[in-house]
Amino acid sequence: MADGSPRTDISTDDTDEKNQRFDRGKSTAIVAYDSSDRSKDKTDQKTLRRLAQNREAARKSRLRKKAYVQQLESSRLKLTQLEQELQRARQQGIFISSSGDQAHSAGGNGAMTFDVEYARWLEEQNRQINELRSAVTAHAGDGELRIIVDGIMAHYDEIFRLKSNAAKNDVFHLLSGMWKTPAERCFMWLGGFRPSELLKLLANQLEPLTEQQLTGIGNLQQSSQQAEDALSQGMDALQQSLAETLCSGSLGSSGSSGNVANYMGQMAMAMGKLGTLDGFIRQADNLRQQTLQQMNRLLTTRQSARALLAIHDYFSRLRALSSLWLARPRE
Amino acid sequence: MDRVKDLASKKAAVIFTKSSCCMCHSIKSLFYELGASPAIHELDREASGREMEWALRGLGCNPSVPAVFIGGRFIGSAKDVISYHVDGSLKQMLIDAKAIWF
Repeated sequence: MADGSPRTDISTDDTDEKNQRFDRGKSTAIVAYDSSDRSKDKTDQKTLRRLAQNREAARKSRLRKKAYVQQLESSRLKLTQLEQELQRARQQGIFISSSGDQAHSAGGNGAMTFDVEYARWLEEQNRQINELRSAVTAHAGDGELRIIVDGIMAHYDEIFRLKSNAAKNDVFHLLSGMWKTPAERCFMWLGGFRPSELLKLLANQLEPLTEQQLTGIGNLQQSSQQAEDALSQGMDALQQSLAETLCSGSLGSSGSSGNVANYMGQMAMAMGKLGTLDGFIRQADNLRQQTLQQMNRLLTTRQSARALLAIHDYFSRLRALSSLWLARPRE
Repeated sequence: MDRVKDLASKKAAVIFTKSSCCMCHSIKSLFYELGASPAIHELDREASGREMEWALRGLGCNPSVPAVFIGGRFIGSAKDVISYHVDGSLKQMLIDAKAIWF
């Protein structure tokens, strides 16, 4: 019985054998019937044939499913192997971009170096945060917590130092946010997180706060917001100024040499303006650093610990969200 | 230097800038936002601009602009202003110098 479908038929031999048995059965059965049962006999034959076909289809389906599951299993193994290789390579300092979202960074060495440093910084931060979490869960004393909190604050200083160096090398790479995951990048401000947003995150998680602390945190929120606005306005002014420089074309003036000189002059001026970009990133990072430090000053050790954990959890989830998004099934 | 000191003492809040400097624009915005009305002196529009810039560098201001003075005292550049603002001391300095009232 030929199966008309294009699927590979792995069971032809069995089918034939089954068909033969069926046929033999059929022949034996026919002998026992008399002529009045011939129409009923025909219906029975159709039914029997249909049932046999169904059994056959089910069997093939089970076999296909088994093959598919075997494929999945071996893919899973392969994936685990690849992940291990990746982990090993990362530890050796070779930068491997995160999956699914990699445009070529023109900054070359500078950008890659920073990305590697940032990856290492993140790993170290994860380690420190885990240490803090364990200490908090184990009801460690203020003294021990203070040491870990101070370590995390110092570690934050480190990333700002790294960014400052990277800004001198390749400010556009920092501003592009390509060193962050997509979701983080989306909500970025001047090359990093918004300090005022961070404080809003902590709003309900630090209670109980004293009156003095409430005032202090409120002031801090306002100050960081004001400083953010000021820096944003400066950036807007920069963009406007740059646009004006690039647009001021005196077409058809004193001949081609005049135009070339004009063009070069414009470009030189524009270059000068671009050169001030790294100052803005630096002040934005300065604001981030100062905000974190002031927050730490206003809070008790225990509150600082909770705050740092909350901040880390937020960014960690944002990063996880990016991964989920990148891996989402698409039609 | 004299010109710098002279101008710096004339008003409670004084900022030395350059017309092309966008970071100066940021610091000016911040002062306006706080309700201060600083005196702005653009070095590229001043006759002795170059000497003034040199004097500001001498005070340790790097980059030379924006250079902020409150109550005649040199406060610093953008980095210092932002740091003081975050820890609340900028507002206090402005109140003490009577540049703002609250």
